[in-house]
Amino acid sequence: MNIIVCIKQVPETTDVRINPETNTLIRDGVKSIINPFDMYAIEAGVRLKEKMGGKVIVITMGPPQAEAALREAISMGCDEAVLVSDRAFAGSDTWATSYTLSCAIRKAAKEFGGYDVVICGKQASDGDTAQVGPGISTHLDIPQVTYVKKIEEVKDNTVKVERMTEEGYDVISAPLPVLFTVVKEINEPRIPSLKGMMRAKSAKIAVWTAKDIDADPKDLGLSGSPTNVVRIFTPAHRTGGQMITGETGEIVAKVAGLLKEVITG
Amino acid sequence: MSIKIITEKCTGCTLCVKTCPFGAITVVNKKAIIDLHKCNLCGACVPACKFKAILLEKPAAAAEKKDFSDHKGVWVFAEQKKGKVQSVSFELVGKARELADKLGTYVGAVLIGHNVDLGAQELVSAGADTVYVVDEPQLANFLDEAYSKVVIKLIRKYKPDIMLSGATIIGRSLMSRVAITVDCGLTADCTGLDIDPDRKILLQTRPAFGGNIMATIISPNHRPQMATVRHKVFNQPALDKHRKGKIVKETFTASDLSNRTTLLDVVEEVENLVNLAEADIIVSGGRALGNHENFKMLEELAQVLGAAVGASRAAVDSGWMPYSHQVGQTGRTVAPKLYIACGISGQIQHLVGMQSSKVIVAINKDPDAPIFKVATYGIVGDIFEIVPALTKKFKEVLHK
Ligand SMILES: Cc1cc2nc3c(=O)[nH]c(=O)nc-3n(C[C@H](O)[C@H](O)[C@H](O)COP(=O)(O)OP(=O)(O)OC[C@H]3O[C@@H](n4cnc5c(N)ncnc54)[C@H](O)[C@@H]3O)c2cc1C
Ligand SMILES: Cc1cc2nc3c(=O)[nH]c(=O)nc-3n(C[C@H](O)[C@H](O)[C@H](O)COP(=O)(O)OP(=O)(O)OC[C@H]3O[C@@H](n4cnc5c(N)ncnc54)[C@H](O)[C@@H]3O)c2cc1C
Ligand code: SF4
Ligand code: SF4
Repeated sequence: MNIIVCIKQVPETTDVRINPETNTLIRDGVKSIINPFDMYAIEAGVRLKEKMGGKVIVITMGPPQAEAALREAISMGCDEAVLVSDRAFAGSDTWATSYTLSCAIRKAAKEFGGYDVVICGKQASDGDTAQVGPGISTHLDIPQVTYVKKIEEVKDNTVKVERMTEEGYDVISAPLPVLFTVVKEINEPRIPSLKGMMRAKSAKIAVWTAKDIDADPKDLGLSGSPTNVVRIFTPAHRTGGQMITGETGEIVAKVAGLLKEVITG
Repeated sequence: MSIKIITEKCTGCTLCVKTCPFGAITVVNKKAIIDLHKCNLCGACVPACKFKAILLEKPAAAAEKKDFSDHKGVWVFAEQKKGKVQSVSFELVGKARELADKLGTYVGAVLIGHNVDLGAQELVSAGADTVYVVDEPQLANFLDEAYSKVVIKLIRKYKPDIMLSGATIIGRSLMSRVAITVDCGLTADCTGLDIDPDRKILLQTRPAFGGNIMATIISPNHRPQMATVRHKVFNQPALDKHRKGKIVKETFTASDLSNRTTLLDVVEEVENLVNLAEADIIVSGGRALGNHENFKMLEELAQVLGAAVGASRAAVDSGWMPYSHQVGQTGRTVAPKLYIACGISGQIQHLVGMQSSKVIVAINKDPDAPIFKVATYGIVGDIFEIVPALTKKFKEVLHK
């Protein structure tokens, strides 16, 4: 069974702050990490491989520095790694990003002998859209199950999974090939083994450009992106309000008074 | 496409440095330099430069004016569960009404399910002019592919100008598929929608980077302009039972409705019955609770207030509450009218999940806890004393 995992390198969010004077994101010295949800995607892919045999191919689209994310994925048990990188991808929205990744997946299928499952994280912590996963499955014309919290079993070319819903979960069976986006509940990502880390250090990482993945230039980057960001600003920052002080009895009386309208209105 | 600084025009004033949200610009020797690895080509710096020194070449296609006069109507995907239209869809119909009035067009709602006649009527009462109803037994529950195919066909048939959906699990999964197929942009999880008065296009504003920045996004060259929208940012419209509207039944062939995945079972978890995302009031607990039993204290307060119970990751990871109650970056994003944080320190990952709440009350014994920086009302004190006292007080005030 060949499994493709898509990961994105993101700034470690704890550190993403706005400099109030310059109004810019402070990214200097901010560590880049693998998008937290993609750690679960990697782990889900590696576990599937351990059960079913086959290979895990990890793919990221990003700048050359994103190689570090791929090496970390290898240290956790991924077998092949591909960096899809080209200036032509700059400014991609989710339409163009999912198109680019779908082209890369098609090429990966040729190189590594097909694919059965594509796994993405639920959403990225920076762009936050949760649109790239379903975008990829649509471009590839394969079925999708989003928000997967459990992979129950793989049998006779179908996979049974649980998809999280607002009220609980759905049990869904999907034919292969299929794309999943996964949530945190699905597993506990492993700590890389020493052997894994050794392998990651020396592993060869394929680098593919727009030409390599046979993508139509008009569908890439800015020109392939229907959405345009026209303005970026800091939200009106919530400032601390009023402190309520006094004896417990006074406090609750004041609070009840202040909140009554909010609660009943 | 590319971006560059016209060095002759640049005065080194650093205005652009301040606007770039990606920190991609530095000024060296009085000239701006753009680090192309950091630049996202977002274009924010271009209008910021008073000297027209930044040149962003957009692809030709974007410049060409297209005629969209045959695209009309502000549409809402009306999400239903067990036949019941979800509250976010009513909020959106209310907002769509406002947008449609600005554009001088109609409000359409797409309702897919089984036995949904009542819902269709309610959508009209909420402000829809036309409700497109697709009623089939096999569509009772959401199916990614079948629902997408239906929405895509309706969009192609009626050519709406704008298409909105709740940014729910279903909305995000469905609209992503639809947007790719109809070749349109999709703005995720919006908290603001407006019409540009000159260009008559949809201005979509949304938080990104975990709520640290806001972005206004347009899709001027594609129709419909599509967005998913966060629940609870727009008000529920009042239902007017006498309002009249058209209900159009649409029929589809079996192949239109085919779906490669199979829904085997729908499981509702008891502890999830109060849906956090839908709750108007949330009482949330953190590590200070100390164990599962103490959450009963919060449940009592919640019961008096008609609230749902939330938790910090620390409480969830300790096994005191199920993950479905977790609020924050890796849990649910909530925006209730009232959020009461009990013994939660207010780390950024928690704040991003709740800071859009209208009123925040924080109870914490540490006066320096970061949660107080976002709290409308802060109480420095012991939760084991304050919370039961609050419960008692609210019982009196609300139920006398
Ligand atoms: C402020 C801001 C707001 C934006 N808003 C929108 C918007 O509303 N609509 C829109 O279409 N675009 C938007 N974009 C662009 C969007 O962020 C990019 O297209 C981004 O490349 C992918 O979106 P995401 O980060 O939301 O990923 P998500 O869709 O949230 O990611 C889901 C999963 O897809 C996979 N994935 C995502 N990106 C990659 C990658 N580069 N390589 C490999 N796997 C990947 C991962 O498995 C990830 O867990 C915005 C950008 C900015 C800066
Ligand atoms: C990638 C990542 C994702 C994360 N995602 C989330 C997320 O989705 N949601 C989330 O919540 N966290 C998340 N976290 C964790 C987050 O950083 C914090 O660790 C967590 O929110 C802390 O929970 P807490 O406030 O309950 O606990 P603590 O930080 O330990 O705070 C407990 C507070 O209770 C107060 N207190 C103690 N006893 C009493 C008492 N008797 N009366 C009153 N006050 C008392 C203390 O003063 C303290 O402020 C994430 C972290 C990372 C790295
Ligand atoms: S705003 Fe314009 S003139 Fe000022 S530094 Fe930037 S590019 Fe140069
Ligand atoms: S286009 Fe956007 S990301 Fe690039 S330099 Fe300008 S403001 Fe920064």
